[in-house]
Amino acid sequence: MLMILGKPAPLLFGQLLLGIINGSFYAMLSLGLAIIFGLLNVINFAHGALFMVGAFVTWGLLHYLGIGYWPALVLAPVMVGAFGLGLERTLIRFTYKLDILYGLLLTFGLALVLEGLFTNAYGSSGVSYGAPDILSGTLNLGFMYLPVYRGFVVAAAIIICVAVWFVIEKTSLGALLRASTENPALVQAFGVNVPRVIALTFAAGVSLAGLAGVLAAPLYSVNPGMGTDLINTVFAVVVIGGMGSIGGAIITGFGLGIIQGFTEVYYPAASSVVVFAVMAVVLLARPAGLFGRAA
Amino acid sequence: MDLSRRNLLGGAAAGVAAASLPGTRARAASAKKLKIAVVSDFSGPYRDIGGPTSVACVEQAIADFGAKQKGYDVEVIRGDHQENPGVGTALARRFYDQGADLVIDVPNSAIGIAIEGVAHDKNRAYINTNSASSDITGKFCNAQTVHWTYDTYMLSHSTGGAIVKSGGKKWFFITADYAFGHLLHEQTAAVVKQMGGQVLGNINYPFPTTTDFSSYLIQAQASGADVLGLANAGKDTVNSIKQAHQFGLNKKMHIAGLLIFLNDVHGMGLEIAQGLTLTESFYWNLNDRTRAFMKRVKPRTPDNYPSMGQAGSYSGTLHFLKAVDAMNNMKDVKNGAAVVAQMKKMPTDDDAYGKNYIREDGRFMCPAYLFRVKSPSESKEPWDYYDLLATTPAKEAFMPMAAEGCPLVKA
Repeated sequence: MLMILGKPAPLLFGQLLLGIINGSFYAMLSLGLAIIFGLLNVINFAHGALFMVGAFVTWGLLHYLGIGYWPALVLAPVMVGAFGLGLERTLIRFTYKLDILYGLLLTFGLALVLEGLFTNAYGSSGVSYGAPDILSGTLNLGFMYLPVYRGFVVAAAIIICVAVWFVIEKTSLGALLRASTENPALVQAFGVNVPRVIALTFAAGVSLAGLAGVLAAPLYSVNPGMGTDLINTVFAVVVIGGMGSIGGAIITGFGLGIIQGFTEVYYPAASSVVVFAVMAVVLLARPAGLFGRAA
Repeated sequence: MDLSRRNLLGGAAAGVAAASLPGTRARAASAKKLKIAVVSDFSGPYRDIGGPTSVACVEQAIADFGAKQKGYDVEVIRGDHQENPGVGTALARRFYDQGADLVIDVPNSAIGIAIEGVAHDKNRAYINTNSASSDITGKFCNAQTVHWTYDTYMLSHSTGGAIVKSGGKKWFFITADYAFGHLLHEQTAAVVKQMGGQVLGNINYPFPTTTDFSSYLIQAQASGADVLGLANAGKDTVNSIKQAHQFGLNKKMHIAGLLIFLNDVHGMGLEIAQGLTLTESFYWNLNDRTRAFMKRVKPRTPDNYPSMGQAGSYSGTLHFLKAVDAMNNMKDVKNGAAVVAQMKKMPTDDDAYGKNYIREDGRFMCPAYLFRVKSPSESKEPWDYYDLLATTPAKEAFMPMAAEGCPLVKA
């Protein structure tokens, strides 16, 4: 058997694939964060909690209403997005004119409230949710068995990431979004309702967290703490990619997933630290992040 | 200031500690007042195995004891340790200072052991019903502490031993990288080797930041082992098992969850949990007495059935109250060592655990039950999850005192 650095090659191919799968969650979550930060200058600490809400909504749709996975893939992000819209209109918009720390504190508080409410309602051991029948089972790739659902998640994540990047960087809608945040007064003078654009941008960023929640529900234990477990890593991804850089968030998300995957083979105990080690090195070399524009 | 003064007094001598709380004694003149503090996880990952359901079980014990009829006024207070030893010990200290006669429950071994020290300093009774570490009655044992329910030795011998006996000889472990995980892994690995099995590998993964176990599962699969030993707990166990199914590991390996509670099975769902073997010392549907207990306690906790730790808080509270009543001297209740000595003198008897006893080192001696999780079609009613496979008698379920290194026993 071919060995690479003392480990069998098939194992490493497997890890590469698993790293890409985990990376796709990092990419999707950091994408939403990057949009909200890049366009609104809000550090949304509630992002992980909204990811959790997305997973619970998916479960709730099935449990209470009998609505399955495929409709939930659309409904849950819309519901989470609508909830985000409500948050933005009632709370978050008041922090735009304040120091950035107020938005951070507010969203951190919201995350704790959301987690507390769900823990109170559903307990800490979580609820169970299975993959749709058509996506259950495994594929034999020769070097490993790939669960079909994980393959689907990677494909979905790549499509979503590319689509979002395209909309923001390459379309007139994206240009409008970017202009609304760079110079709101001027854009408003052209007859654009800037507050509405900003609110909808926040809702869109949050609905991405909801969508990641739907994709995560069949993979992980759906419990109130599931967002908190991921959010620290995701923030590191955003920082490494360059705060607010959409493309940076996507590439870094996948990249770090892969690095973490290999760490899990060579030195498992460091697998949660490695992300932060990379962050420290990147910040030393490039303080604005890999793809960030220097302030 | 007050804290340190109490500390000194509490550590000095039992009688002095009692005398330092004249207020409580004065109030006790009319009704015999007792205060029980449930220190548990009310908001984090172990909420379902402790938390509000533990409080419900403690309240049930007070009702079953007939506290009112016997002239006792028992107050139950609660505190959320937030999975933080600093918070947990501060809570226990404050509760004891406020006159708590007993601290009970306490999931998480790190906090469970830390509070042992507080109980000793304050000389008050402490019943740990929800931590796993066998060191609680080993090197950390003291005269104020009783360890109820289960420990890592019992889990590793009951679950590990049974699986090796049934032919699972080659093991691979996935271990939560902290004291509890290490102890559980080491003790189970020792059992496996002792019984002629082999340990092919172990991975310590970072706790509590890991949600994806696929990498470790693939490595386990590649090792050629036929048993996957999960030395973890709570959502980590649920995530590992759920993901093991996604990779089809359950078809090639036997999955041994070394610490799984009824509430975890409920959270996983039978579709995924079916076929697991696990050990608990209590199950509500075990016999007529446990069912009778469940029927009484259910109105207090309708959505979360008690698992062994919570039932342990029932059993422990009831026995504490019986001991206090037998002492018939409210002054001595503030002397934790005297209360625990009385508890050790009397055999225990309650609906949840049946007839048992407490060993000299503070170990509550009860049988360990090996269960198999039912399939969805075998489950006839809500929370009907287990089939009993084997029973290990108390004397074999726990570590012999000679091997433990408990200073109390040597003396």
